[in-house]
Amino acid sequence: MTNGNCFRIVASLASGVIFGLGLSLSGMLDPARVRGFLDIARDWNPSLAFVLGGAVAVAAVGAVVARRMRKPLFDERFHLPATSVVDRRLIAGSAIFGIGWGMVGLCPGPALASLALGLPATFLFVAAMFAGMTAYDRLEVARSWLRKSPRDAGQVT
Amino acid sequence: MTDYWNALAGGMLIGLSAAVLVLATGRVAGISGIAGRLLQGVQLAAGAAFVVGLACGPVLFRLLSGQWPEVTLTASWPILVVGGFLVGFGSRMGSGCTSGHGVVGLARLSRRSIVAVATFMTTAILTVYVMGIFA
Repeated sequence: MTNGNCFRIVASLASGVIFGLGLSLSGMLDPARVRGFLDIARDWNPSLAFVLGGAVAVAAVGAVVARRMRKPLFDERFHLPATSVVDRRLIAGSAIFGIGWGMVGLCPGPALASLALGLPATFLFVAAMFAGMTAYDRLEVARSWLRKSPRDAGQVT
Repeated sequence: MTDYWNALAGGMLIGLSAAVLVLATGRVAGISGIAGRLLQGVQLAAGAAFVVGLACGPVLFRLLSGQWPEVTLTASWPILVVGGFLVGFGSRMGSGCTSGHGVVGLARLSRRSIVAVATFMTTAILTVYVMGIFA
């Protein structure tokens, strides 16, 4: 293992711990509170707006510093998304994500972090979430295969 | 009042985590992206380290504060399964979730992330509203 690789793993571990601690302190781990934040028409609990505000403010400082660096500390280059195209896939995917998030009050970060509490309901949610991720990836593979070989797939071109 | 301070401080830690990851490894701290890459077997070691760290967060919180973070999860199992599936499917399709688009994307003023956050906030709010009618 190269030194850079080792540093990357340690930095990822540290970043994960800080993220999980932040989720725990902020109240984001509690699905009841998350749904309370989303329930603007009835009993609105605005505290999670402070979580997002605090997170974006500090992350923005990181983004500004990153923009002034030629490369990250332990890698050859930045791996940031370059596209700025707003397409149907982005909107439909986000809409579907929001429905699931609203139904349960869990998104991927809090779901994985709260596995540490050992609740069976969380394990069930994470298993279903992984199934959903895999299902989408399979669908994409199948679709790109159809696009590449229309004749093999029985389509008339 | 403590609620708001804890929310703000916790949020700042989440932002710090994102800053650490981008400055050290050049990557977005998006949980759905990291989990998705893990499932595909890409960036295995770093992704696994992040997720292990993530699950250590509540344990560290327990050590520091003397109590587990509150988790009230009352959804029935069909809701958990359908909700979990939609969260996984949608976050892959939309290239991100609350962390990737909501924290890192907004911090970078990404046009895609601003649209994504507006979209999932709207559908989540509508979902909670509609479920409340039938509850």
